[in-house]
Amino acid sequence: MSAPANISAVEVVATSKIFNQGSGKQVDALLDVNLTIQSGEFVSLIGPSGCGKSTLLRLIANLLEPTQGSIRVNNKTAAQARLDQDYGMAFQQAGLFDWRTVCKNIELPLELKGWDKNKREARAIEMLGLVKLEEFGNMYPWQLSGGMQQRVAIARALAAHPPLLLMDEPFGALDEMTREYMQGELLRICAETSTTVVFVTHSIPEAVYLSNRVVVMSPRPGRILEVIDVNLGSKRNEQTRAADGFFRSITAVREALRGTHAEHVAANAIRGAEDR
Amino acid sequence: MTILSRTKNIAAPLIFGVSFLALWEGVVVGFDLKPYFLAAPSKIAEQFFKNTTRIWEATVVSGTNALVGLIVGTILGIAMSFVLSRFRFLSQLVTPLAISLNAIPIFVLVAVLNNMYSITSEIPRRFMVTLVVYFIVLVNVARGLTQVRSIHVELMRSYAASDLAILRKVRVPNAIPYLFTALKVAAPASVITAFVSEYFGGSQNGLGSRITSNIANSKNAAAWAYVLGACLLGLAFYTVSIILESLTRKGQTK
Amino acid sequence: MKLAGRIAYRTVMFVLTIAFVTALWELYKIVGPQDGGKFLGVRILPRANDNAMPHVSTMLSRYSRPEVRGSDKKIWIVVLSGAWFSLRLSLVGFFLGTTIGIGLAILMARFNLIRRGLLPYLVMSQTVPLIALAPLVVSWGGKLEIGSFVWPRWLSASILGTFLAFFPIAVGTLRGLTSVPSAALELMESYAASWKQTLFKLRFPAAVPFMVPALKLGASGAVVGVVVAEISTGLKGGIGRLIIEYAREATGDPAKVFTAVFGAAALGLTMSGLVAFSDLFLMRNRPKETST
Repeated sequence: MSAPANISAVEVVATSKIFNQGSGKQVDALLDVNLTIQSGEFVSLIGPSGCGKSTLLRLIANLLEPTQGSIRVNNKTAAQARLDQDYGMAFQQAGLFDWRTVCKNIELPLELKGWDKNKREARAIEMLGLVKLEEFGNMYPWQLSGGMQQRVAIARALAAHPPLLLMDEPFGALDEMTREYMQGELLRICAETSTTVVFVTHSIPEAVYLSNRVVVMSPRPGRILEVIDVNLGSKRNEQTRAADGFFRSITAVREALRGTHAEHVAANAIRGAEDR
Repeated sequence: MTILSRTKNIAAPLIFGVSFLALWEGVVVGFDLKPYFLAAPSKIAEQFFKNTTRIWEATVVSGTNALVGLIVGTILGIAMSFVLSRFRFLSQLVTPLAISLNAIPIFVLVAVLNNMYSITSEIPRRFMVTLVVYFIVLVNVARGLTQVRSIHVELMRSYAASDLAILRKVRVPNAIPYLFTALKVAAPASVITAFVSEYFGGSQNGLGSRITSNIANSKNAAAWAYVLGACLLGLAFYTVSIILESLTRKGQTK
Repeated sequence: MKLAGRIAYRTVMFVLTIAFVTALWELYKIVGPQDGGKFLGVRILPRANDNAMPHVSTMLSRYSRPEVRGSDKKIWIVVLSGAWFSLRLSLVGFFLGTTIGIGLAILMARFNLIRRGLLPYLVMSQTVPLIALAPLVVSWGGKLEIGSFVWPRWLSASILGTFLAFFPIAVGTLRGLTSVPSAALELMESYAASWKQTLFKLRFPAAVPFMVPALKLGASGAVVGVVVAEISTGLKGGIGRLIIEYAREATGDPAKVFTAVFGAAALGLTMSGLVAFSDLFLMRNRPKETST
């Protein structure tokens, strides 16, 4: 997962998002968020419900406009990045179209970009190989399990080979075993394609297992409380889930969520021990 | 709903309606269209107010036929739906039949019915309306009585409740919204059927016959006025069914 | 072979129902008052004699006899061609109605203003007897001229069918077009797709399950419109006129009118069968709904 360090994939600068400003139903979703994500990084956003993590993701995707501040994606404005299809997106509901085969679902973004038929089909087959669903190209989404549908959604999100992948709790609707399997698959796929990933999740172990950095957010109005570095190396597997570093990072994230992590660091620094 | 969106919801159709009428008037006057093609709204209004008594009389005739059929059809439909809910296999037979009857222009049976009664009788028309209403009510109420959530039935059985108790406490309350859905369809259908039945001969007092006779006499604007009366009748029936429905939903969340 | 099984089941049910109704008819003929009677004081019992209620066997055998005494033309041919005439009119009306209905639905989905202004009228139109307009529309026939095009009388019947068909089609299609889950709309937005692309790739396919029942309503509306137009004005060639004509001869030839009535029923069933067929085609790749 290496990339030129001086090009940041995503830059969020002093961004706030307020809904229904001025009316009685005003919602301060995000307040003064600053975040820089390097190319090739895997960054998770985690926080309690309503902390604005999905909102932040949608701001990056240019599905919402910030009330204040600016967002740059791939060195362009977020709007331009969307027009240029510089990112792919995956949601909790796989959102595949029931009336299209798996292959045609993957081809959807390519159709919209006007790719010709042969190129599209070739790319769809390539993506199917990537997510290991080669024999399922002509089946329909409702014939597939939830996990398989999510793999198709990921294939679709990466079909145009975008440098950035935005994911909003994509594994939330899956059972635990499938979830762990999908996490492994996602890491493998991102390594093969060198994609930068911004990943929203509720699950602490998931965030730690997948990410280089975990961004911990506060309850509304959403701010970034802390960014935890996860130093587990780039090759992660089943052993990783049993490693000490894994549990330490999970504890760090948990404490950050509870707001107690900062105190803990301070207390340990005074005692002279490293807290990692 | 905010006040602004509520205003928008009322203003838009009003504006459309008024501009449509204005356009209509303009086209008829501007292109000097012959009345046998299209009568101007102003002429129609004029004829409507000139003939109010006669329009009212015709409306009463057609409306009574519709109302009688609506009431009798509803009662019979409800009764039969109880039978269907008791004997499920009958329901399997009758429901698909009732649904396919929708495809057939069933009102042509009036031609047959007219022959079975005396020539001045209003019964064929009322029979027809009853039949149409009967099937609408039957399909919907039967569905309401049978499609209850299985978890409710299971609960009642855990109380060792009798079938009759389940009927009273679970099925019937479940079926009430279905009844009103049926009425909202059946009320306008009763007016339409009463109307169409008049084209088959028999007494000529209703709205349908008046429209035809006015056209035969080249009094098109007057015919349009009777059409307006018919539309008002249909609207009135529909509005009443909506009001009845809202009375039963007091305090219920949507 | 589940589809064949379903069709077989339905046919059997249909035949059983016909048999049941026939049995009721004949039973009434046996026990009912020959000259009609009273029930609870109201004169609502129909006459049971052979003139008013012919035997079912008489009705069926009537088909093989000529239409008019002394003519060669068997009546079943006449009824069939009448039904075929009306079917063609209904198809024209239905296709026009579908085009207008879908077009209107797209406009209403695109422009909120049009939807707010027009939808109440569309919904309302399903509650007023639009067929009151039938005689008016048919009277245009032969009298209306647009340039060198003289309005044929049969077109009025189709137009009335169109009129009755396009309202339910427009309402149903609109519901379908706007039924799309917001996640799917967000997805299309993330692709920077245009409104037109979203319409054809997302909204329309998503609307198909809603359009199918609307098309069924539209088909029956087209038939009703055409038949009523034929009846209210005696349009030559159609099944409606045959019904009226034969009804007039009912005192002398009571079974005749039944031949035409059954023809009208067949017309309705054919039309609905055509739509059901296209329903099968349109929904062939969709997940099957569990039957209740």
